Order: sequence, then structure tokens, then C-alpha cells
Amino acid sequence: MSTEQKPAKEGLFSKKNRSLLIDPMNANNPITVQVLGICSALAITVKLKPAIVMGLSVLVVTTMANLITSLMRNMIPNRIRIIVQLVVVAALVILVDQVLKAFVYDVSKQLSVFVGLIITNCIIMGRIEAFSLGNTPWKSVLDGLGNGAAYGGILIIVAFFRELLGNGTLLDYPVVDMLGLYDLGYKNNGMMLLPPMALIVVALIIWVQRAKTPSLIEKD
Amino acid sequence: MDINSNKYTYIFAVVMVVLVAALLSIAATSLKPFQDKNVELEKKSDILRSIGIEGENVEVLFTQYIEEQLVIQNGAAVESEVSAFDIDMASAVALSAAERQVPLYKADVEGNTYYVLPLRGKGLWGPIWGYVALEGDGNTILGATFGHKTETPGLGAEIATAIFQDQFPGKKLFTATYEGIEVRKGDASGDQQVDGISGGTITSVGVQDMIADCLKPYKSYLMNIAAAAAAPAVELAPVVDSTLITAAL
Repeated sequence: MSTEQKPAKEGLFSKKNRSLLIDPMNANNPITVQVLGICSALAITVKLKPAIVMGLSVLVVTTMANLITSLMRNMIPNRIRIIVQLVVVAALVILVDQVLKAFVYDVSKQLSVFVGLIITNCIIMGRIEAFSLGNTPWKSVLDGLGNGAAYGGILIIVAFFRELLGNGTLLDYPVVDMLGLYDLGYKNNGMMLLPPMALIVVALIIWVQRAKTPSLIEKD
Repeated sequence: MDINSNKYTYIFAVVMVVLVAALLSIAATSLKPFQDKNVELEKKSDILRSIGIEGENVEVLFTQYIEEQLVIQNGAAVESEVSAFDIDMASAVALSAAERQVPLYKADVEGNTYYVLPLRGKGLWGPIWGYVALEGDGNTILGATFGHKTETPGLGAEIATAIFQDQFPGKKLFTATYEGIEVRKGDASGDQQVDGISGGTITSVGVQDMIADCLKPYKSYLMNIAAAAAAPAVELAPVVDSTLITAAL
């Protein structure tokens, strides 16, 4: 916020701007640190392909929503700002949904209702309210990209393990079968396909991340 | 102008809503043709898949192989305002079996006549559907495909896989004892039983009920085909006789 009063020109990828993009990937990850957007992380990570499309859709929506609200930030009446944010996000999500239905029909069928539920993804509203309403458009775009990519990244990691261990495939390619593990008596773990396992995988990711990043460990 | 005044707030809200509404209606209208096309192509490729035809150009294959689309009610072909292809199975199965108007696709593959029946029913979490293709005798199953909206992946959703569907070819829909296909728990035998999905019992039973229910409107139509297929020579004889008599007179 303080950067807005500074008249001096700031580079497009100054250190501060770069941290907007990179921070969400680790120390400020929306899923593993802020624990936002958990419901969709659990619902669409059974297979890798829907997870990738979902990650991309959320990336597009956070970035665009951040850009639009940032451009309008001096025009939005304070009292109805949450409603304005909702309208912007909802309009973008409907557009994404319609485009998916028209051009990648099979994926849109797999994602079904969850595209519509991007609206309720707390990451998006959270970034608008906390960041783009008080920052310049370029910074907001970086922030949106960073958070969207961080969300998508976690989704892809979770979906990778769930599809591999639960279904024995990756992007529907029968990896386990190719390796011949079934002949050795290996069996898919059907439990990986059930929603609770998504939370357990997310928890394992959080464990690894905290073990590697001391700054995240609470001092008690 | 004070952006927190009531007047500004109202104006802002109204302008925003009108702009967004216009934008969304333009997007929805311009993308509608593409979306409808996708739905239509999916349906056509599902129908073709049940008679074992798959390929890139669904549109061409469909006109090539599907030679007739009938509307069936109560066991007989009827005239209908809606074309067979446009019948919505979801609302059709909500009616009683006697009131239903349902489509029947007649396919011609290299001289063999096949009949394709659409199915629609309930799984565990939501609707399930499918197509059953019958051979020329109107009784033996040539192939079956199933789809679902929200069945559990790895459990109920397995009805959409080849392992489940490959059990159907060769089975019979009608015998003296049962009409439909029974989905059993691991002890399937004979002409009318298939193995269900372990862990997907409710979806498996859903498939069984769906087949039994969707079959009703077609029953006497298919029975007639079966009867004609069983004894074609007997029916031809009187026709020949009558022409001879007319010629003689």
C-alpha cells in the first residue's frame, strides 16, 4: 500500500513485485498455509486432468478478478464492495464455464458443478479484499498469478498421488499396469479415491513444507 | 462526486449489473451453437459406440449407419411432434411406462439390422444412462454402454468401463422367466445375468432397474421383431398365394 505514494518508478519485476509472485508458492501458500480453498482441493483431485483444468481456471479467474477490481478500486463504493467483488468473480466464472463447455466439453463434464463453485473459492475473494482493492493493477495481476499458480500446484500434487495410488494411472495412462506391478500382487488402494484421503495428502504436504521452512513453525 | 454517497452507490450498482448482464448474455448466445453441437455429437457417438462403431467423424458415421429413428409408445411406432433424436429421456422416464414416447434407432451395419435403445435411471448419487444395442432378432444384446453423472470413481463409476460393459454382448433381454438383465453379486451365470461392481452395489442395482424399466415401452415391438425373425418363411407364403390368385382372376 505504501508503494502507491512513492513517486519513484519501480521496475516491473522489482524484488518486491517478484515476491508477490513467489511468496504464495511457499511461505504464504493459500492452501497449505492459509488453509483456503480446501473444499475444491478435496473434490476434484481424484484424477490429474480435471485438477489441471481446475487449477488453470482458478488461475485465470483470480488474475482477471484481481486486475478488474484493481482498475476499479477508486470507483467502488465502500458499502457495496463485497457485492461488487462477487459480481465480478461470478461473471468471470460463468464465462470460464461457458468457454469450457463450448471448447473442451469432455473436461467440463468431469468438472461438472465444481467450475461453478470457483465462485465460492475463498482464495479469490480473499485476494481481492486483502490485496487488489488497495494495490495497482500490475501488482494485483502478479498477486493473482502467484496465488492461482500456488493453488493449482497443490491441486496437481494431490491429484498426482491420488490417481497414481488409487487408480494406477496418470492422466488416464496405465502407469502401474505398464510397470507390471499387478502381476507381482500389487493392488490399487481404493481409499485414495475417497475425499478424506485428499485432506490426508494435503496434511502430508503441509508437514513436509513446515519441516523444510523453519519460519512457518509456530514458537508456542 | 463522493463515491460513498447513496446516489453514487445506486448508480454504480445499476450500471454494473446492466453491463455484466449484457456481457454474459452476449457470451452465452454466441457460445450456444458450439455447446449444443458438443451435446449432439456426444449423443451420436454414444449411440454409435453401442453398435461397436467408433471414429473421428461422428457426424458422417451417424448418417451412414443409422438408417431410421422411430418414436415408440406402448410397443408400437407412433407419430410424434418431437423427433426421436430430440426426445429428452430424463423427462420421458418420469412418466408411466404406457405414456412414454421413447426413441428407437435402427442401424444398418454391412447388411445387418441392429436396434439401439436409450436407457435412463438412477444410480447412487445421481442419474445414470446408457444405450443397449440389440441384434436383428430384437432380443440378443450386441453391445451396451453406460454413463453416469456423479457415481463414486473407482466404485459405482466403474459401470462406464469396458470391464463391466463387456459382459453384456450375447445376453438375452427376454426369456420366459425374466425381462431385463440381472446384476448379481459374483455368481452371475446364464443368458440374463452379469456381475455387479464390488463396492458399487447401489449403482449396480440401479443399472438392473434401469434396464427393466426402460425396456417396458419397447416390449411388444421387440417381441414382434423376434417373432418375425424366428419364422420369416411362414409369413411369406400366404402373400405369394394371394398374388397368384389375383393374377389368375
